[in-house]
Amino acid sequence: MDLQLLVTIFPQVLLDGILLGFMYALIALGYTMVYGVLEFINFAHSEIFIVGAFVGVEILLGLKSAGLLEAIPWLPVLLLVLVAGMAASGLLAVSIERIAYRPLRHAPRLIPLISAIGVSFFLQDAIRLFESIWRNAFNLVYPTLDVLNRRYDLTSTIDIPLKSVVVIAAALLMLWALWALVNRTKIGTAIRAVAEDQAAASLMGINVNRIISLTFLIGGAMGGAAGVLFGVQYSLVNPYTGFIPGLKAFTAAVLGGIGNIPGAMVGGLVLGLLEAFAASYLSLLTGGAFGAEYKDIFAFSVLILILIFRPKGLLGEVVRERA
Amino acid sequence: MKHVTLRGGLVLALALAVALLPGASPIEAQGKGTIKIATQSPLSGGQAALGEGIKLGTQLAIDKFKGNLEKAGFKVELVPFDDQAKPDVGVANAKNIIADKDILAVIGHLNSGVAIPSSEVYKETNLTMISPANTNPTVTDRGYGNVNRVCGRDDVQGVVGSEFAAGTVKAKSVYIVHDKTTYGQGVAEFFRDDAKKKGLNVAGFEGTEEKSNFDPILTPIKAKNPSLIYFGGIYDQGAPFFKQASEKGIKAKFMGPDGMDSSDLTKIAGKAVVGMYYTSAAGPASALTGAKGFVDDYKKKFSKNPEPYAAEAYDATAIALKAIEAAAKGGKLPSREAVSAAVRQVKHKGITGEIEFDGKGDRKKALYFVLQVASDNPEKWGENKIVKQLTIAAPSAKK
Repeated sequence: MDLQLLVTIFPQVLLDGILLGFMYALIALGYTMVYGVLEFINFAHSEIFIVGAFVGVEILLGLKSAGLLEAIPWLPVLLLVLVAGMAASGLLAVSIERIAYRPLRHAPRLIPLISAIGVSFFLQDAIRLFESIWRNAFNLVYPTLDVLNRRYDLTSTIDIPLKSVVVIAAALLMLWALWALVNRTKIGTAIRAVAEDQAAASLMGINVNRIISLTFLIGGAMGGAAGVLFGVQYSLVNPYTGFIPGLKAFTAAVLGGIGNIPGAMVGGLVLGLLEAFAASYLSLLTGGAFGAEYKDIFAFSVLILILIFRPKGLLGEVVRERA
Repeated sequence: MKHVTLRGGLVLALALAVALLPGASPIEAQGKGTIKIATQSPLSGGQAALGEGIKLGTQLAIDKFKGNLEKAGFKVELVPFDDQAKPDVGVANAKNIIADKDILAVIGHLNSGVAIPSSEVYKETNLTMISPANTNPTVTDRGYGNVNRVCGRDDVQGVVGSEFAAGTVKAKSVYIVHDKTTYGQGVAEFFRDDAKKKGLNVAGFEGTEEKSNFDPILTPIKAKNPSLIYFGGIYDQGAPFFKQASEKGIKAKFMGPDGMDSSDLTKIAGKAVVGMYYTSAAGPASALTGAKGFVDDYKKKFSKNPEPYAAEAYDATAIALKAIEAAAKGGKLPSREAVSAAVRQVKHKGITGEIEFDGKGDRKKALYFVLQVASDNPEKWGENKIVKQLTIAAPSAKK
């Protein structure tokens, strides 16, 4: 065992983990917000997330073929792509709620869940169909913005590319904005009221349907932003890419305490760090007996342990009280 | 009343169907039956580019070589199956294939991990499978009479790779990553074992199913600073891996097996893989004498360049048709057993060279190449430089 090596790579692994964690946190918001309001797991969220990534890559490829990608500075390009991805995913989430969940709102709990899984399959293959007709491609590659790959040396052994800084900054900004929206504004109060008690909220003059749509819009938009950032960071997307990050993000939401917005962030970070450390260190620590392929087993074992001792997640589940 | 109408309708429909049937049958009656050649390869998903090449290569060969069989009164058809690069789908397709009595040969698969369980199904009815692409030793080492391949083997390919890494690249240390599939892990192990024998320092051997985020695997690699990274797997995973490695500032040389051999590698990884080496048990069509006509026909018919393995599929199909012709002497539809036996007798001068199978279905002399990626333009994949070319006989089964 090479102790020197373990120490040398520690900060870099930490950085990798934080980056992955914020990615999970952004996706987890979609699960957690919807759960907070409806007590329902929106399993189509992983596809809402990847639709954002696809809208992003289509715009970037469009700009590239028009020769504009090099002409415009990177920040406006990134903002444009982010906003477009957020809009697309947000609207998609709202329409899914309208079509697939609202008619089932008073059905038994399992029914909308099955509907959500159906929507998820439908969207995967709809994206695949669209891309195979439109580009005859399965894997789409984010065009490289050279600036974003520029690396900044923190020390002689650790460096961070600009794109990772962007991802972390964007994630922090969005998490803060969302937290402020929910806790500091009138709309946020309405969302919390609907989460607490739909009937009473509606008696108070809150348009419950509108607030639920809004919740899906915000959760979807966060997912879309995460999709774009995911594409920028890891560059390759295909119609099924969303599934695994979606599942991990759902886990992160449960880990942090589902329905709880800061919980999603904490859960995402914990899971991201666990995964990064497991993947980088397992084979070094065990002399190759357990390799990086055990990262998920390791991460999920820790998750089980946490949930045994804190069944409501790290920060506690937020569930409406029943009268 | 309603009931009666419904029944009346049914009777009418049946009558119509019966009336229409004879219209179709005279054409069939003229022929002696249909001979179907099935392909099994991924036609959807991340490896579809290669899988499609296998299907189209087969299609081209059927169109070109079906003449004799048609003269003898048979109709020859292609039935493509999509195995999605998944073992379970491949096996399910295989069950459908053996149930269709007209299918006399299978050209496939792309992935050894799919080919091995699927060929167990073909074996039940002795249906011949001629693989254009499966390089894992187990495919033929089981000694089945119906399983053949026109490509080389990983126990040779891995060694060709490590020899090149040690001899030509003069690498001191190698870091090996694989995709945990039968094929990827298999070839990576052969590479590792031989690299150790040659005195190379194997800095790490890691398996991963990850498809997008390779950061945590790359961080230790960067710290260990190997002179060469070998990825045992297929381009849809290898390309983002090498792309992220290069973005992370890793300066090692890159290398991979024939799974990297697709223009999609550069489509995904771009500049990162220019100068990368890959071994191949299937030569690029441009390097094959006699493949010129094939490349032209392929481009004309499908308006794209042949992917790797298209040429191998073409040869495999030609052999299958030759064997069927030989087995069909006498003008009767041959049995699957007869075709399987005939395949082993065929001597074919194909576009990938002389092909003849040994007792377990390996090609007696297979070609191996080491190539270097020349350009980040996927259109120019065919121009990749051959830096080494070898003809090696298949090793006998170790048992």
